[in-house]
Amino acid sequence: MKIALEVNGVARTVEASPWKRLLDLLREDLRLTGTKEGCGEGECGACSVVLDGEVVNSCLVAAGQCDGRTLITVEGLASHGDVLHPVQRALVECGGAQCGICTPGIAVCAAHVVDTGLVAAALATGDEAAARARVRELLAGNICRCTGYQLIVDAIVAAAREVGGAAGRGEP
Amino acid sequence: MDGALDLARVEAAGRGGLEPHIAAPHARDRLLADPLLPHAAIVDRARVYSTLPLRLDPAMDRPAVTPPVGASVPRVDGVAKVTGRARYLDDLDAPEAWHGATVRSKIPHGVLEAIELDPAFDWSRACVVTAADIPGRNVIALIEDDQPALVPVGGRIMHVDEPVALVAAPTRALAAEAARAVKLRVSPRPPVLSIDDALAVTQRLYADDNVFKHFLIRKGHATDDELEAAFAGAAQVIEGTYATSPQEQMYIEPQAMMAEWTDGRCYVVGSMQCPYYVHKAMKALLGCDADGVVIAQSVTGGGFGGKEEYPSMIAAHVALLAAKARRPVKIVYDRDEDIAATTKRHPSRTRHRLAVDAAGELIAIDIDVVMDGGAYLTLSPVVLSRGVLHAAGPYRCPIVRVRGRVVATNYPPHGAFRGFGAPQTTFAYERQIQKLARARGEDGLALRKRLALRSGDITATGQVLGDSVGTDEVLAAIERVAGPPPARTGRNAAGAPVRRGRGVCFYFHGAGFTGSGEQRLAGRATVAVTALGRFEVRSSSTDIGQGAITIFTQIAAAALGVDPAEVDIIDPSTARVPDSGPTVASRTCMVVGGLVERAAGALRARLEAWGRAHGQGGPLTAIARAHAVSAGELAETVTHTPPPGIQWDDATYTGAAYPVYGWAACLVDAAVDLDTYEVAIERCVQAIDVGKAINPAIVKGQIEGGTLQALGWAVLENVVYKDGRVANANMTNCIVPTFADSPELETILVEVPYPFGPSGAKGVGEIPMDGPAAAVANAVEDALGCPFDELPISPEHVAAARLRWDPEVVS
Repeated sequence: MKIALEVNGVARTVEASPWKRLLDLLREDLRLTGTKEGCGEGECGACSVVLDGEVVNSCLVAAGQCDGRTLITVEGLASHGDVLHPVQRALVECGGAQCGICTPGIAVCAAHVVDTGLVAAALATGDEAAARARVRELLAGNICRCTGYQLIVDAIVAAAREVGGAAGRGEP
Repeated sequence: MDGALDLARVEAAGRGGLEPHIAAPHARDRLLADPLLPHAAIVDRARVYSTLPLRLDPAMDRPAVTPPVGASVPRVDGVAKVTGRARYLDDLDAPEAWHGATVRSKIPHGVLEAIELDPAFDWSRACVVTAADIPGRNVIALIEDDQPALVPVGGRIMHVDEPVALVAAPTRALAAEAARAVKLRVSPRPPVLSIDDALAVTQRLYADDNVFKHFLIRKGHATDDELEAAFAGAAQVIEGTYATSPQEQMYIEPQAMMAEWTDGRCYVVGSMQCPYYVHKAMKALLGCDADGVVIAQSVTGGGFGGKEEYPSMIAAHVALLAAKARRPVKIVYDRDEDIAATTKRHPSRTRHRLAVDAAGELIAIDIDVVMDGGAYLTLSPVVLSRGVLHAAGPYRCPIVRVRGRVVATNYPPHGAFRGFGAPQTTFAYERQIQKLARARGEDGLALRKRLALRSGDITATGQVLGDSVGTDEVLAAIERVAGPPPARTGRNAAGAPVRRGRGVCFYFHGAGFTGSGEQRLAGRATVAVTALGRFEVRSSSTDIGQGAITIFTQIAAAALGVDPAEVDIIDPSTARVPDSGPTVASRTCMVVGGLVERAAGALRARLEAWGRAHGQGGPLTAIARAHAVSAGELAETVTHTPPPGIQWDDATYTGAAYPVYGWAACLVDAAVDLDTYEVAIERCVQAIDVGKAINPAIVKGQIEGGTLQALGWAVLENVVYKDGRVANANMTNCIVPTFADSPELETILVEVPYPFGPSGAKGVGEIPMDGPAAAVANAVEDALGCPFDELPISPEHVAAARLRWDPEVVS
């Protein structure tokens, strides 16, 4: 079928089987290989993308479900193509990326929870430990095997502080 | 020669603004221009480091870091990774490549009678490879050549996921269909699926006794009778048996490899730790010389030992398929296939006895370690070696016997995984030391302080410890931050009643290859100023996420006295880099980093001498560019030489087992949920002596990643075998810790410099994996009042032990 969708602000049309995984549509048809496959069964989160304002595992979404919808992938996080999202910059600065294969999924998910003000809201309570626990809960669908998560949580908290509340970058 | 005009232009332009014919910002352009080293298309597409955009966001540009060593310089590959631009094997643009798939044996033990192709499948759409297509020797050459690349017809099947045939087709789906259309006829035999059956030789799998390798270490006694006499005279003897489970590395990028043949030469690119291991295996398989095959690393999404030996198998498969299909072929494993077929941490069983005198001093230790090596020998002797060499622990004791065996079974081969045998034996000795403390009513930390090895003390192999023994520093660091123990009873966040406890452990890990390994290996590394005036590091050490390319950049920059931005790390391809040895054994920073430091220092001296001779002054970058313009490339290659006084005797297993050790202490507070029996780690502190942290953020990341793998191994990770097959071969059931499962990790970097490491650095990659599991078991014992000697300490184990708990807890 013909699938029309908006990817990172650009309208795209792809001829593909409706049963194709969104992950494969992105990687094969659109050559957006930043989205990774770690498990193919929705456990690792390496294939996380934002579909109409919601983080999903693109390995579990059928291409046919994406017609007329809006997607953000890791390639769409940096604005104007080269200014890193605060979450991306914080991940680099804090050492939150090691082997990097889970990083696109984590960056997508973390940018979403930072941009929607969820982390800022947790930080606003003034309870740093609780806010960090909230970050861990929000990111629980993304597995990283390298970092022990500590420096990623540091990065997400730092990015949320930089962005501020939900108004920081506007709703995605 | 008069290069003044060119030089002025070079200097004025600075990095990135140079005239294209003088300097290209990326090695890619140089590689393409190099006629002496033609690379196949796939290898050029897979350039790892040289194509990573080092700077993307202007906000990421920083003033020069001075000095470059000891600073948390952001990773040079960081921006490429957070933007998704780093290209892993499956991301490479190779539309012409076919997809390969592996037909596996499906029975744990037996004979392959025939391979039959289902006539219902249209075989013109796919190609098939069997053992008959192998041009060289049908082996995966490593230590012993006992593992075939493909089981031949008439050959013996040794485990359920043994590769038997290969198929390739234009799409992944068609390849999978073709693989299903390959039918095997087999004669099953009874499998050997336990250490006990292996030792009882219920079936002969290897030699007469199913023992791949055994070791014996004796210290302070000549005969078993002498040892027993020491135990007979003891005031107290602590005995225990400890069991550890297999563990999956669970790198998030599955195994992936691609091959292409060009002009009779085989090019392989893929996800790997050790290009020269693959190179060695491919020479044997293809029957070619060193120039007949080129191995290059693609960006690698984690390894942890899991990409040490198995990539040679997949490289063999893609090379055979690419030859037959006459086009590039790639194999990317599914997660399920990866978990089922590739190596795991060796399961183990350790019997441990220790004897103390009336004053509580250790007088004798006796250890018997047995590891399950699986179907083939692979790296098992070396894993066992590291296990036995760490088995007696970092404690003073005059009489020590360590016996180790690794046995053959019909499981897929167990192999390298961070820690490499030491986590298994560390779990045993740190449980024993804790039991001793409990039996004596002595504080665990105080007892460890009293018995620990220090400079001048003698290890189990008779090594007199020299410099860089961080015992006192790591123990003091833990003592300093420990604080009061957690409330013994209470409720967790879910409102369930919990019982809490605290555990500590103290441990060490030898850095670099065992014994004379580094000497035999004689690793080499090169630092050059290129014909384009840039500094370049050439080594076969791969960056698998541990930060090798960043720390090499820092080490080279410091030794050269230049800004890190002046240094490039070349792609690890066997056509372009010397053999620096494998990326394993906590040796990359300490050993290869040391080579980089020496080579950079030698290059600097030569450049400075050249500058003086040619009237070229100024900073080294100016001299380098002047040299490039008038005299071309200048390269310095250095070869590893052992530090003075390092002697090792393989025959008696005595001497300096490792040139130096890392030292560590760990504290864990655990809470056992009395409703679900889950063990939650509420606090985990690691204090680790790393010699010198070249890049503290990277070192912290290494320690925390290793710590969480250890905590996972302690309480929730497990590979479950059923009839020789992995029963939980998927990420839903073969679980690893998530963000939400993990405690806040506290890391204390301790720096007791090692005089022969770069800037004092020693290994850090593996040590954090060794200790935390014992600290967790000690904490759970503290909480519930009964011992936990088997990993993982899962809810099932806690429930099964319920009748042994402290009655006070149960009520």
